[in-house]
Amino acid sequence: MKTPLSWIQTFVPDLNCTDQEFMDAMTMSGTKCEGYERLDKNLENIVIGKIEKIERHPDADKLIVCQVDVGSEKVQIVTGAPNVSEGDIVPVVLSGGKVAGGHDGGPLPENGIKIKAGKLRGVESNGMMCSIEELGSSRDVYPDAAEDGIYLLPKDAGLKPGDDAIEALGMRDTVFDYEITSNRVDCYSIMGVAREAAATFNLPFHYPDVKETGNSEKASDYISVDIEDKDLCTRYIARVVKNIKIGESPDWMKKRLRACGIRPISNIVDITNFVMLEYGQPMHAFDLSTIAGNKIVVKRAKDGDTFTTLDGEERKLDSDVLTICDGEKAVALAGIMGGENSMITDSVHDVLFEAATFNGANIRKSSKRIGLRTDSSSIFEKGLDPNNAYDAMERACSLIEELGCGEVVGGRVDVHGELPEKKRIAFEPERINAFLGTDISKDAMLSYFKRLEVEYDENKNELVVPTFRQDLIGFADSSEEVARLYGYDKIPTTLPKDTSQIGGIPFKIRVENIARDTAIAFGFSQGYCYSFESPAVFDKLRLPEDAPERKAIQISNPLGVDFSIMRTIPLNGILGSLSTNFNHRNENVRLFELANIYLPKTELPITDYPEERMQFTLGAYGDIDFYEMKGVVEEFIGKTGMDGRIKYEVSKRSYLHPGRQADVIYDGAKVGYLGEVHPLTAKAYDMAKAEVYIAVIDMPEIVQRASFEPRYSGVAKFPAVSRDLSMVVPENICAQDIDDIIIQRGGKILESYKLFDVYEGEQIERGYKSMAYTVVFRAKDKTLSEDEINSVMKKILNGLERLGIELRS
Amino acid sequence: MAISKEDLEQIRDRALEAIKEAGALEALNDVRVAFTGKKGELTEVLKGMKDVAKEDRPKVGALVNETRDIIEDAINKAKENLEATALEARLENETIDVTLPAKRRRLGHMHPNAIALDELERIFTGMGYEVVEGPEVEKDYYNFEALNIPADHPAKDEQDTFYINGDILLRTQTSGTQIHEMEKGRLPIKMISPGRVFRSDEVDATHSPSFHQIEGLLIDEEVTLADLKGTLETFAKKLFGEDTKVKFRPHHFPFTEPSAEMDVSCFKCGGKGCRFCKGEGWIEILGCGMVHPHVLEMCKIDPIKYKGFAFGIGLERIALLKYEIDDMRLLYENDYRFLEQF
Repeated sequence: MKTPLSWIQTFVPDLNCTDQEFMDAMTMSGTKCEGYERLDKNLENIVIGKIEKIERHPDADKLIVCQVDVGSEKVQIVTGAPNVSEGDIVPVVLSGGKVAGGHDGGPLPENGIKIKAGKLRGVESNGMMCSIEELGSSRDVYPDAAEDGIYLLPKDAGLKPGDDAIEALGMRDTVFDYEITSNRVDCYSIMGVAREAAATFNLPFHYPDVKETGNSEKASDYISVDIEDKDLCTRYIARVVKNIKIGESPDWMKKRLRACGIRPISNIVDITNFVMLEYGQPMHAFDLSTIAGNKIVVKRAKDGDTFTTLDGEERKLDSDVLTICDGEKAVALAGIMGGENSMITDSVHDVLFEAATFNGANIRKSSKRIGLRTDSSSIFEKGLDPNNAYDAMERACSLIEELGCGEVVGGRVDVHGELPEKKRIAFEPERINAFLGTDISKDAMLSYFKRLEVEYDENKNELVVPTFRQDLIGFADSSEEVARLYGYDKIPTTLPKDTSQIGGIPFKIRVENIARDTAIAFGFSQGYCYSFESPAVFDKLRLPEDAPERKAIQISNPLGVDFSIMRTIPLNGILGSLSTNFNHRNENVRLFELANIYLPKTELPITDYPEERMQFTLGAYGDIDFYEMKGVVEEFIGKTGMDGRIKYEVSKRSYLHPGRQADVIYDGAKVGYLGEVHPLTAKAYDMAKAEVYIAVIDMPEIVQRASFEPRYSGVAKFPAVSRDLSMVVPENICAQDIDDIIIQRGGKILESYKLFDVYEGEQIERGYKSMAYTVVFRAKDKTLSEDEINSVMKKILNGLERLGIELRS
Repeated sequence: MAISKEDLEQIRDRALEAIKEAGALEALNDVRVAFTGKKGELTEVLKGMKDVAKEDRPKVGALVNETRDIIEDAINKAKENLEATALEARLENETIDVTLPAKRRRLGHMHPNAIALDELERIFTGMGYEVVEGPEVEKDYYNFEALNIPADHPAKDEQDTFYINGDILLRTQTSGTQIHEMEKGRLPIKMISPGRVFRSDEVDATHSPSFHQIEGLLIDEEVTLADLKGTLETFAKKLFGEDTKVKFRPHHFPFTEPSAEMDVSCFKCGGKGCRFCKGEGWIEILGCGMVHPHVLEMCKIDPIKYKGFAFGIGLERIALLKYEIDDMRLLYENDYRFLEQF
């Protein structure tokens, strides 16, 4: 939303402050001003000049030499512009002055362009006559400006040489840009912002001078209005203007439109645009002669209908699009755009003016479906006040009479349901103070409301809210009005006297922090990946067609297929990130992520919350192997207070190396898995030459078993005895099988065991391997005797023999 | 053989001379053996004690002992000196180049988001807030309706929402956790809720379809807008430094009233204006407000008895600003050359 200061000042004539003060004060009272632009930026020393004499340049065919009266003196200016003649009134930048841009209309330089006296092909030139582009504007808003020429000012406007040309062009103005919040529909208008300015600066607000209009005829003799779909149209006002005299708008109106970036077209069009800006109420003008049957019917289109809008495009409609129809056909898309069939042309004789209010949400959705968003629809979609439509229509007709561009027919056809009434809110000053933490007097509060045009009904102790403030409904709203006019900056700064003082993090996050710390200690850096990904991920991971992971939740309106499903497996993020690193030639990269996967609890599509499972995912390439990854997993699990034994089961995951992968088992449950990434999957991630290792821990399994209550069990007082076991082991026996025997048979006195050598090769018979363990025994309460140790060792050896293991001497 | 004083003095002088000359521990040991050892000169002299007259024995004995003490003292001192010299020489020999490269264990790095989140959590848990989590796949009711954003509200369009189906969506804000907490019926509430949120913005330097927020909520019997200001000012000073100034500007959020946005004085330039604050001296960092009574009512909390405030902070915004990261995409690429800088 943009407003020129000059327009605000027509409502608040006493407003007198710097641009910065205006911006700051408006922002602090709730109309966030995001910036401002002075229209006269970099325009210095530019005056009205009158061309008295034009001669040819002696040495250049394309140049002319002008003698220009600039008031205080006559200056000689050389120009190449083809459009000037003697007697023209032109803007002249004097030597030493500045213009905003070049004549080509390109981007404006930050500090403008300085103009100095000089010679052009040997002829002295003191200053420059300006084009509209050099004045920082464009032919878009000055359609009367010549292309590639000097901007010619009207000769009949009483402009004298030496006058301020910038003032004459309406450029002594500042345009402010606001971010209007969705609750303040009234502020999508100059008047709304001006009302806020008056309240902010505590200055009187003057409504425009709107005169009663109309001849002795009755509009209802010209037109009838029927609203068929009352849910989508709350009010429709029609007025008729006869004997239209299409012409230019007056200068003051053109200046205001231009300052808002709107191109003046003709008086009738300009008036509808002017009122739309001023009142925030879009209006529409129909050529009355095109309206069949002298009637307007507001109704939904039919599915499959087509309609040609005034931009010449054919639009496909459906039964949720509201149309304005005459006795036979649609003549406009309600609130969006008029039709080609009823648009006004220069030959228009009689006009039907429309000011209506429509269901905002419907306009928003229709305009989205049709693919046509206009100034009009973007205002209507906010939901407008039907009372404002009436005022806007009266303002428009008043302007038509004032500008003499037609004969307004008396009366109006005004069809509406129940109109909004002024809402009432209980006035609760003590409660407001208790809510804000302030001590503002009742009188001060009432003065704020008065500034906002909120009346006070003393008998009922109620605030009476004008209908343009549809956002003021209850107590909280009334306290916000007090707060913002009192000043947020003046509200004290205190700390809550609350009773709940115990903060902290939940157990789940505590366990996640341990995962993070462990990963970091092992050199893994933390990554953040997206929660949604492409279904092609499943193929990269080589998952079979019936894999449960393929049952993923789909986003119905994704940014693209690459972001279309919620991940059911966390590997894609980490593998994608490793690939990025690998292809940037980063060496030895280790990454981890802590994030959710999303598992549907029922068949797809889901109808309830899915299960969000936190996954601790590690991935690395380079200086890493399976056993180091396993080490990270075991250290993490150990640090969570899970001191039981971690076991491994050979797994068959399609994305992992078939001989280098395992499920991590704790307490009989699968708590995760790890392995080397299958070369084909690695290749799918552009890491064909890398050995990539991953580990995934299913965090809910850890969180439910973790505990942070360690117990001290004393330090050993009696000596330990260690024995080495050197074995020849059949190839198919795993270390874990031997561990099982040692643990089961070692019993209470087994303190620890350690595999210290594995060998397969020449000295060992084929199909066998050599393995060597150190086993340590210790009792808590005594020194173990040789007999005790021998008997345990014998049990262990018997167990090992059953597995086909032979002891080496 | 008599033992004369002169003999003893002579032995003593010779011994002291030999000690002086002994340049190494071995030589010194030889001196000790030669004079005070089992067959040393002084020991030999002592053998002559039997020839000394009985009445002279104590006097001569004392003289011999005195001589021995002098020699032994001298030997011990010389030994200490030699040992000290030897140690010095060894230490000098063992000198290393302390500027050679360190043997490091390469630790991993926390993600800048996580560092910023840690800091925020530390500040708010220190102020008595409890961290809670809410679902990322959320129901329309919690993401919109219960937050005073009914079906046709324009705010619903402003937040371009990813839908799973008509009723289930990817949350566009962490504010839904407010509702989940309030529905639990345990009052007062003092929580923050960090988490991932989603909006259908194309990826560019300042947008990501997935980012993070930290929601804050306090519900109690006596809570004021002034308390909200105080709480967030305290937070800003802890996060950005004690000299930080804050500015609350009126704003609009459907679920708070009054609502505000909070700016902090630019922590790069101190408010003078620089490229970080786009010359304004202030940087917007969060939205906040008093919980709308209607929201309380929908959660079956009496809005007369209870009041509350809520705030929402964009985590990436804090991380980008604080660590001077100029492109949001870096946060999701996980390039080690980026991560190792944190």
